[in-house]
Amino acid sequence: MGALVGRAALVLALCVCVYGIGASLYGARTGRREWVDSGRRSVYALAFIVTVAFGILELAFLRSDFSYDTVANTSSLTTPTFYKAAAVWSSQEGSLLLWLLLLSLWSSLAIFLTRKTLREVVPYATAVLLGFGAFFASMTVFLATPFATTHPAPTDGAGLDPLLRHPSMMIHPPMLYSGYTLFTIPFAFAVGALITRRIDAEWIRATRRFALASWLFLGIGILLGARWSYAELGWGGYWGWDPVENAALMPWLIATAFIHSIMIQEKRGMLKIWNASLVLASGTLAILGTFLVRSGILQSIHAFGASTLGTPFVVLIVVLVVGSLYLVISRREILRSENRLDSLLSREAVFMLNNLVLVGLCFVIFWGTFFPLISQALTGSKAAVGPPWFSQYTVPLALILVLLSGVGPVIAWRRATPANAKRNFRVPVLAALGTLVVLLGFTHTSSKPFAIGMFCAAAFVFGSVGQEFWRGIGARRAMSDESPPAALISLVRRNRRRYGGYTVHIGMAVLFVGVAASTAFQHVSDVSLRPGQSTLVGGYRYTYEKATSSVISDPNSTGAILTLGAVMDVTKHGHRVAILTPSAGYYPAPDTSQGPIGSLIGGETTAHIGLQAGLRRDIWTAVQPDIDPLQPLITQGNKLVPPAHPEYAFILLAAIAKHYVNSSPTASFHLMNSPLVTWIWFGGFIVFTGGLTAMWPTGGQRVRARYLARVGRDLQRA
Amino acid sequence: MSPPRKRKIRLVTALSSAVILATALIYTSFTAASPTRTPSQLLAGARAGQSYELTGTVVNNSITRSGDTTDFRVADRAGTGVSVPVTYSGSVPSPFREGREIIIDVEKQGTGFVGQSGTLVTKCPSKYAAAKTGSTPY
Repeated sequence: MGALVGRAALVLALCVCVYGIGASLYGARTGRREWVDSGRRSVYALAFIVTVAFGILELAFLRSDFSYDTVANTSSLTTPTFYKAAAVWSSQEGSLLLWLLLLSLWSSLAIFLTRKTLREVVPYATAVLLGFGAFFASMTVFLATPFATTHPAPTDGAGLDPLLRHPSMMIHPPMLYSGYTLFTIPFAFAVGALITRRIDAEWIRATRRFALASWLFLGIGILLGARWSYAELGWGGYWGWDPVENAALMPWLIATAFIHSIMIQEKRGMLKIWNASLVLASGTLAILGTFLVRSGILQSIHAFGASTLGTPFVVLIVVLVVGSLYLVISRREILRSENRLDSLLSREAVFMLNNLVLVGLCFVIFWGTFFPLISQALTGSKAAVGPPWFSQYTVPLALILVLLSGVGPVIAWRRATPANAKRNFRVPVLAALGTLVVLLGFTHTSSKPFAIGMFCAAAFVFGSVGQEFWRGIGARRAMSDESPPAALISLVRRNRRRYGGYTVHIGMAVLFVGVAASTAFQHVSDVSLRPGQSTLVGGYRYTYEKATSSVISDPNSTGAILTLGAVMDVTKHGHRVAILTPSAGYYPAPDTSQGPIGSLIGGETTAHIGLQAGLRRDIWTAVQPDIDPLQPLITQGNKLVPPAHPEYAFILLAAIAKHYVNSSPTASFHLMNSPLVTWIWFGGFIVFTGGLTAMWPTGGQRVRARYLARVGRDLQRA
Repeated sequence: MSPPRKRKIRLVTALSSAVILATALIYTSFTAASPTRTPSQLLAGARAGQSYELTGTVVNNSITRSGDTTDFRVADRAGTGVSVPVTYSGSVPSPFREGREIIIDVEKQGTGFVGQSGTLVTKCPSKYAAAKTGSTPY
């Protein structure tokens, strides 16, 4: 019954989208407001209907209703409830539904907030948003429906893949998809503004917050993914230039460029073509990102093996690219700049350079990601570029970006004078030089020039942004006699966008210090050890104290049947630094072909790392127990379990697990110690705080006054 | 110098540096890339010393471990039955198992192939849903 309602809801959602597109366009062409209002209400209706459909599916997961194919494929009775709830979006069809849900919710918010402004632009933006809605709704209706059922229902499902049983599963996909779907909002408004030729600062103002939100959500989603892979995949890396990672990074880079360059349009009326192109590109790249994940066109850790979604996505992307190009080219006359660049030593020029570097980075990543397809088209043979190729370009570009993020805040608009430069750059330059002297004089880091460069660039940013805060606080205290913390709070409150942005710059610098340090000065070792043996990795002694085991009671609450682990004692110069307990979880096989005991543990295996995270250094361990010596015992045990009492298998498995601990077994370890990894997550947190600050509604008089002045100027020119 | 002339010089400088960088990028991508191969393509012709990106499925009952070294065979995804032996040193990702699709950079040594450390990736199993057979209409 529920499945039928769900299916009907999705069909209805598709109809509502088609109706809403028609109503909005008709209303816009004829100027009949009631049709435009009806189009707007279609967006709300879509959100309601899709929420109902999503609710039905979520309930089916929580009730373990295995008559739903998607529930049977990705959940099971033994899957912990927390992961049952998150399993909804682990499948192709579930994640498409999540996409549609988030799209409809965010669109509703955007359409609601602009209900009294942008009268000409909104109907077209509504139509574009509903167009995306129609695309994803028809995917879930025709190609990958979440409501397919099988009767009679299986008694149990396959279970959520153990690799996905990590708390990040609850928050990482919704964050990433929120980022992707939010990109469609500035895209839709840009299309509306271009169609109606209303290319003033108003549409930018209306969607700036959404652009910022998409940037923020996608960024946090990317970072959560990195954190997840660091903690779960058992190889200890947080970034691998995988196509799916790249897919999220590309629109994020373009959005970063956009949120800088719109400031130039708002302030100086320049770069209109550029801004329009960036918004259209970021929206298209967001769809391209979804396509890369969903189509399996590129070999990737995440990509689907077999999927029929490729063709419709390619069609959509072609429509987006051709449509965007047409709009920008046909409107180029009204997109002309109102002002010219006065000097290369100005904030405008720095912003333009930052934009070029960001777009360049995006191009590098695009080229590398699609290289297998490009090389096949050009040479007839497929080839792929690896992480070293990416690093070769991205590392220097990242260095320039961090440096520019320190220059931007302190350089003057229009033209920087020598006096002004001297006043603003003395502190940051001294900070960078001081860092260089300390690093070269007192540490052994000289062999890693890029890392040193990054540390100095970060010091430059801390100097320049710190100086801005310092001066701002000083100015406020001179005016109002506040205490320094109170002055800081009122300073930020009065100019959230500016100081939120500065905070983001600090966070990025902290993050890149973490990235540079942990890649340049990491120590890794793969060893096999027996209990009592030890090994040295980067000055730390790792001693395998003893083996551990547990049956059913998984210490990580992921529902593993058997957990085999190790107690690892880590010391430096004889002092204990950490006691870590990495383990491997064994999950049931999908069928019983391996015998009653073998099948209990014959499915997936996942590593649970032992990690001591610190401000200065992370000690990271993963273990791979050797279970081959247990095989004869399992085979023997399989014969002992009476068919009438399958539960005896657990008792025998417990005995085998105990034998494992007593036999002082060999295990392979992946051991690492990397400096400053925590700085990456901490920097991400600072970025998040700064982003939220910049996004928070101001409602201040000054902002409105400035905006009115700008509209006035636009009107005069028109 | 007149402003229009100055702008023109700037534009030409910017464009030519962009062209130079793009050329470098494209050139290095072709020289640094590893050809992607399936096991049967590797058997048909692989040069010693050349690095290949091998994709395929780990053959059932082919994994043997000794110390840090893992030996296994990789077969064509298409199920042609053709497979190549691979030796890999270092820890393998936890999803690595028999029957799973993997990607690994290999070099030919003797009759077998040696996997380059740190390059073994397995496909994220969350994305297997679409390949399963069931009553879903695709």
